[in-house]
Amino acid sequence: MKLTEYEHAMLAGEFGEPKRLALEQQVKVGRFFDAEDLVEVSQAHIMADTESLGESGVEFLERLAACPEQDRQVVIPTITDPRGVDQCQYKRLKQQQSWAFLELRTVAAMRAMGIMMTDTCINYQTVQAPVMGQHLAFGDTGVVIYSNSVCGARSNFEGGPAALAAGLTGRTPRYGYHLDRCRRGTHLFEIDFEPTDLAEWGALGAIIGRESGSYWTVPVIARPSAEPGSDELKHFGAAMASYGSVPMFHIVGVTPEAPDLKAAFDGAPPAARRITRKDVDDYNASFGLHNEKVDVVVFGAPQLSLIEMRQVAMLLKGRKVHDGTTLLVATNPENKAASDRMGFTETIEASGAIVLSGVCFYQMYAREMGEANNWKRLLTNSAKLCNIITGYGYEPVIAPMDRCVDAAVKGKM
Amino acid sequence: MADKIYKGHVGIGEKVSGVALVAKDNFSARYDLNRVKGEFSRKAHKLHGENYVDRILILDNAKGGVASAWMLAEMKSRGMAPAALVLNASNTIMAQGAALANLPFLDRFDADITSVVKTGDRVTVDPEAGTLSIHD
Repeated sequence: MKLTEYEHAMLAGEFGEPKRLALEQQVKVGRFFDAEDLVEVSQAHIMADTESLGESGVEFLERLAACPEQDRQVVIPTITDPRGVDQCQYKRLKQQQSWAFLELRTVAAMRAMGIMMTDTCINYQTVQAPVMGQHLAFGDTGVVIYSNSVCGARSNFEGGPAALAAGLTGRTPRYGYHLDRCRRGTHLFEIDFEPTDLAEWGALGAIIGRESGSYWTVPVIARPSAEPGSDELKHFGAAMASYGSVPMFHIVGVTPEAPDLKAAFDGAPPAARRITRKDVDDYNASFGLHNEKVDVVVFGAPQLSLIEMRQVAMLLKGRKVHDGTTLLVATNPENKAASDRMGFTETIEASGAIVLSGVCFYQMYAREMGEANNWKRLLTNSAKLCNIITGYGYEPVIAPMDRCVDAAVKGKM
Repeated sequence: MADKIYKGHVGIGEKVSGVALVAKDNFSARYDLNRVKGEFSRKAHKLHGENYVDRILILDNAKGGVASAWMLAEMKSRGMAPAALVLNASNTIMAQGAALANLPFLDRFDADITSVVKTGDRVTVDPEAGTLSIHD
């Protein structure tokens, strides 16, 4: 790999051990993916919840945080993905004290490195929207696919250690979605119906993700009749990334690198795969229904925008969540504060539902939390959550937001 | 006796030898493993119930979310990691995780590596040369 003089100096340890370690890792990854050099990035976003860090990951962060101040500081704005514990709510959710303590240690270490604890997987809706052509080192797969596709920014899936390395060095290996040639369409889909709610957009993303199926595929969706907004594209992309490891899509006439079909492909587009309402119905039906009882209803994955917080509040106004059911609403600290101000939090909590801040359910030690609360039958409007949560011993069902709220009130669907 | 040598892409980590554990199935550290016991725990996985500690683990593709990037280092710190991880095709996350853990890691071979190596074969993985050798 070609390194600049500055990068060589970093690798030689002239800027301290954290940056040396970070650059060493980046060179290994760069060689693995045939990167010619490193590209400067202007922001990093780190997934570092304690469930995935484990004790050893937390100790690793603490060792970095114990280095001299000028050595351990990140050099670009560096923000964080959701945490494993909401310090205000964890006892109510029967999460263990030891997890909360491990979280506090992690937060202290990351703060010492100058990392901003945004605790969000919707930074593009709340912290700062990425810009066309901006090179980034983002962590959460939903964040990456939205930033690449909807904003035209450039990021690979950067796992926690890689995003942290980028924060420390201000660069990342130039491969994959930093390069023009990886961003061209590989598959074409046509949608012959109008998705009507977020759950349907998620289901659509799930189907396309499953059929595209790899990190190196870029699905192109022919101009749809529906006009998706930010929340629709958020659910669409998050599900696609979750089901297919896909980091980028184009929607003709909607996303910036696909003003028309020709622009989305190199050469002639491949034959289109048509997706019908039946495909979405079949996807939804594959999860069945919870007609007997719903243990837990979850809104999250991704965290809710302020608009979605309002929608949940309107649906719950004047109603009571059933005694046998828990309703959880996960958002980030920024939207939580705004929801407090707008009165949404009060309306939601008056129903008995719980608003969580800075977390996103599946990163919350979901298996142990489920066992402690006897949660198995889960209902959500998030296709991404349906995909992930079966691995944690839950039986998920997907439904639109209003039906989820109705079921939470009745205790069953 | 001549070894059979398969050529892959330049990998990550040090040269290592060991006994292969092979399946034509994918790999996620988060969803497939009981990392405490060192066993495959997802029932639908072809290696369900198998212990992978100190084996040369050979599987098809990397899958799953970004969490696996921390997990390889965590497993290695407890001495509960495979000796090496060998795949047909990696994603970015698994390579980043191997770089942090300094876990020998190799992919992109001139053959389907999950069909040419059999469980129980003695193999050497050389990430610098990008080769996997099967010993007689």
